[in-house]
Amino acid sequence: MITLNHYLVLSGLLFSIGLVGVLRRKNLLMLFFATEIMLNAVNIGFAAISNHYGDLSGQMFAFFIIAIAASEVAVGLGLLILMYKRKSSVDLDALTTMKG
Amino acid sequence: MFESIAFYVFSILTIVSFVVVVTTKNALYALSSLAAGMILISGFFFLLNADFLGVVQIVVYTGAVMALYAFGMMFFDTTTDLTEKHGNPKAVFALSGMIALLLVVMLLAPIASSHVSALYPMVEGVGNSEAVGMVLFTKYLIPFEVAAVMLLVAMIGGIILAGKKMDESLTLSEQGEGQ
Repeated sequence: MITLNHYLVLSGLLFSIGLVGVLRRKNLLMLFFATEIMLNAVNIGFAAISNHYGDLSGQMFAFFIIAIAASEVAVGLGLLILMYKRKSSVDLDALTTMKG
Repeated sequence: MFESIAFYVFSILTIVSFVVVVTTKNALYALSSLAAGMILISGFFFLLNADFLGVVQIVVYTGAVMALYAFGMMFFDTTTDLTEKHGNPKAVFALSGMIALLLVVMLLAPIASSHVSALYPMVEGVGNSEAVGMVLFTKYLIPFEVAAVMLLVAMIGGIILAGKKMDESLTLSEQGEGQ
C-alpha cells in the first residue's frame, strides 16, 4: 500500500537530486535543468498532499508552479543566449570579473 | 497492488533519469533524460487522481519547456563535452550539510500539523478536470489572471532578450574570431 509518506520521501529524494545538481554544476544550462527537477519534485509533493486531504488547493499550486517554470525558462533562455553572445560560453566561471 | 508496482517502477525510472541529468557531461543526454523524467513524473499525477495536472505536465513540460530548451541549445555548441572546474569543496560540504538539515526540518513539519482540514474539498461525482475548473475559476481567478499576464511578460522578455541581432550566427562568429 502506497501512503502519503512514500510520495513525500520520493519528492524529497528528487528535490535532493536537483539540489546536488545546483550545487555541483557550473554550466548554466545544467543549472536550469536542475532547477526544473526541483520544481517537479515540489509538484509531486503538492499533488500527494492534495490527494491525501481531498483538497484541490495543492493541485492549484502545482499549476501555478508549472506556469512560473514556463515563464522562467523563456526569460532564462533569453538571458543565456545574451550571455553566450557576450562571453561565447555558458559557464558560470566566465562571469567572474573580480579577483579573489 | 497495481498502485505499488506502478509507484516503484515510476520512482526508480524517474530517479535514474534525473541522476543522469545531474551527472552527465553531455548536454544532449541531459536534455533527453530530463524530458523522459518529466513524462514519468506525469505518471505519479495520474496515480494521485490528478488527471488534469498529469496532462498539463506532459503538454507544458515535454511539449513547451523541452522544445524551448532544444531550440535554445541550437545556439550553443553542445557537441563538445562540458568541462567544469570544481573548487572549494569545503564550502560545498558546509552548504550541503545546512541544506540537508533544512530539508529534515521541512519534512518533519507535517508532524506538527495533524489538524489540517480541506479548504476546498473535492466535489463528489465530477471528474478531476471539472473540479479543477470549478476551483480555478472561482477561488483562484485572480492568481490565474496574474499568471496569464506574467506569461505574456515572459514571452515579450524572451523575444526581446534573444531576438537582438538574430541574423548573425553565434558559432560562426565565434570561430571567425578564434575565441
